[in-house]
Amino acid sequence: MIAFLFFLVFLLVYMVFAVYAERKLSAFIQDRLGPTEIGPYGMFQTLADLVKLLQKEDIVPVKADKWVFLAAPAVIFTAIFAGFAVMPLTPTLQGSGAVVGVFYLLTIVSIDIVGLLAAGWSSNNKYSLLGAMRSVAQIVSYEIPVGLSVLCVVVLCQTLDLQEICYQQGIYIRTLPVYSESTNYLFGIKRLGIDMTEVGGFLTWNVIRMPLFFIVYIIFFIATLAEANRAPFDIPEAESELVGGFHTEYSGFRWALLFLAEYGMMLLVSFLGAVLFFGGWNTLFPNIGPVRLADWTSGMPGTIYGNITGAFWIILKAFIGVFIQMWVRWTYPRLRVDQLMHLCWKVLTPLSLLLLFISALWKLL
Amino acid sequence: MQKGANNSYFGNIWEGITSSWQGLKLSFKHIWEARQRRTPIGITDPDYFKQETGIVTLTYPYESLPVPDNGRYRLHNEMEDCIVCDKCAEICPVSCIDIEAVKSTEEIRKTSDGHSVRLYAARFDIDMAKCCFCGLCTTVCPTECLTMTKTYDFSEFDIRDMIYHFSDLSPEQAVEKRQNYETLQTAKQQAKASTTNVQPTEEKTAEQTSTTPATAKPVMKKPAIKPVTKPVITDPTPSISEETPYVTEVTPEISQTIQEAAPQDTKAEETDQSEQAPAKPVMKKPVIKPMIKKKTDE
Repeated sequence: MIAFLFFLVFLLVYMVFAVYAERKLSAFIQDRLGPTEIGPYGMFQTLADLVKLLQKEDIVPVKADKWVFLAAPAVIFTAIFAGFAVMPLTPTLQGSGAVVGVFYLLTIVSIDIVGLLAAGWSSNNKYSLLGAMRSVAQIVSYEIPVGLSVLCVVVLCQTLDLQEICYQQGIYIRTLPVYSESTNYLFGIKRLGIDMTEVGGFLTWNVIRMPLFFIVYIIFFIATLAEANRAPFDIPEAESELVGGFHTEYSGFRWALLFLAEYGMMLLVSFLGAVLFFGGWNTLFPNIGPVRLADWTSGMPGTIYGNITGAFWIILKAFIGVFIQMWVRWTYPRLRVDQLMHLCWKVLTPLSLLLLFISALWKLL
Repeated sequence: MQKGANNSYFGNIWEGITSSWQGLKLSFKHIWEARQRRTPIGITDPDYFKQETGIVTLTYPYESLPVPDNGRYRLHNEMEDCIVCDKCAEICPVSCIDIEAVKSTEEIRKTSDGHSVRLYAARFDIDMAKCCFCGLCTTVCPTECLTMTKTYDFSEFDIRDMIYHFSDLSPEQAVEKRQNYETLQTAKQQAKASTTNVQPTEEKTAEQTSTTPATAKPVMKKPAIKPVTKPVITDPTPSISEETPYVTEVTPEISQTIQEAAPQDTKAEETDQSEQAPAKPVMKKPVIKPMIKKKTDE
């Protein structure tokens, strides 16, 4: 319940400031100032925008399929928000400790497609329908590289539980009864014989436990970018050609909900990336001999300090992920549909298959 | 590596990776440089071209680039120095200056450069909404009282506020000055006491007394004058086309006569427009319009 309330409030606050951050970041990349008027440095610009949005009329087109049209934004947002249920926020705080966390996450996020298609199709607008169809084609295609790259991690970690994956990547691995006998070796190679269990920090993150995971992460990042309909994979929205894509006909609060879902999706995949590859709630700093940086910067699981540091680290990592997503968005132009499919089927999918094979072998080393 | 040099599968991937990385580096460079920003210094400043990186936007109402002293923006007329010569109104290509002069009975004052002022400006309106900022009016101005200033931000919510009134006389004062002049003139003419001249003077005084309230409401003027001009011009069309060359260089007097001679079929339209904007330069337009119409008819 705490996790639910936390994520609900956190997501709303995050969305307000993520939109602000995105506007500022895009402005800086383009040598502009961005919002400056409302509040210090224009910080309350999004709040003002939100107030304006909530005052707007909730327009339903006459020829639209009314109930589907009205329900679609709720479906999209619910699907994405449900994804946060299995996110381990701290060593002890997690909405649902599902054993099949990763599997659940990939499934529930796929419901997002249903919402997108419903929104686009029920609008009874050619742009919306085109956007929805593109969206479905894109997301269904990119599910495969996402699934394969997640599978690489699952193969190495031997678990689908996101909380367990987090525990494996830090100094507290042995506090979990399942792993009380486990040892973390440098690069995950037992034969090197370098014990990293007590060192922790970034040295036990999955990207170090299996160095090729950095490439896997890039695949994961690109594919989730496409899943989140973010530029350069924003052909479902494609402002310049499809007006607004699947959300062309939405206004007011429902439009805000779609926007919230988009930013929520960004955060969700950034969280997932942090958990799978960058140690989740584990600290960045390793213990170096007597300098117990890892112990100092992350408390014991279950303690208040442990909760605070855990939340701090995972949110920091997720925000860095969101930052990279924004940075990428304001750098690249939109991909053409054929380029999009080329990248997915001819580049990312074979590469992730190869990496999955190598990951499976790595576990045997 | 040159673009497309290795057009194979792996070559394309490699090029995609390297060029994408270049792009990310470039945009990150801009984020990094966003710590600096341009300051509002003018082109005359030696450092103007020094700031090549960072944010270029200026938060305009709070900061703006300085305008050089010879900036040619809003017009200003220094009424103290104006001799109401009407040259600026004549040269203006868009007819945005509207002057109505009233003769004075004596020299009013001397301008700062020694010209004597003998005319009152009953009206000296500049419509900045029409102004094309060519600066011709300031060039012809003999006393250099009409100048262009550095002020460029003078937008208004109401277009009528774009008309700047420079006249230093109130409408009542203008009426008074005009009456002063007329009484002087009639006194002079009575002193001459020539019976043959009585007829035209009467006509003239009648015309001028009737134009007296015209500053406030030009609509009033028409019924008084029309019967006068009607018998003179029997066939309006040829006489108007004769007058066309004068129309192009409009002086207030000529424009008035044209108004008088305006064909009756446009009467309704004219009264409409003059009612909407009395005593505004808008008045001139309906006059010129029928002229052009007549021309094309020929």
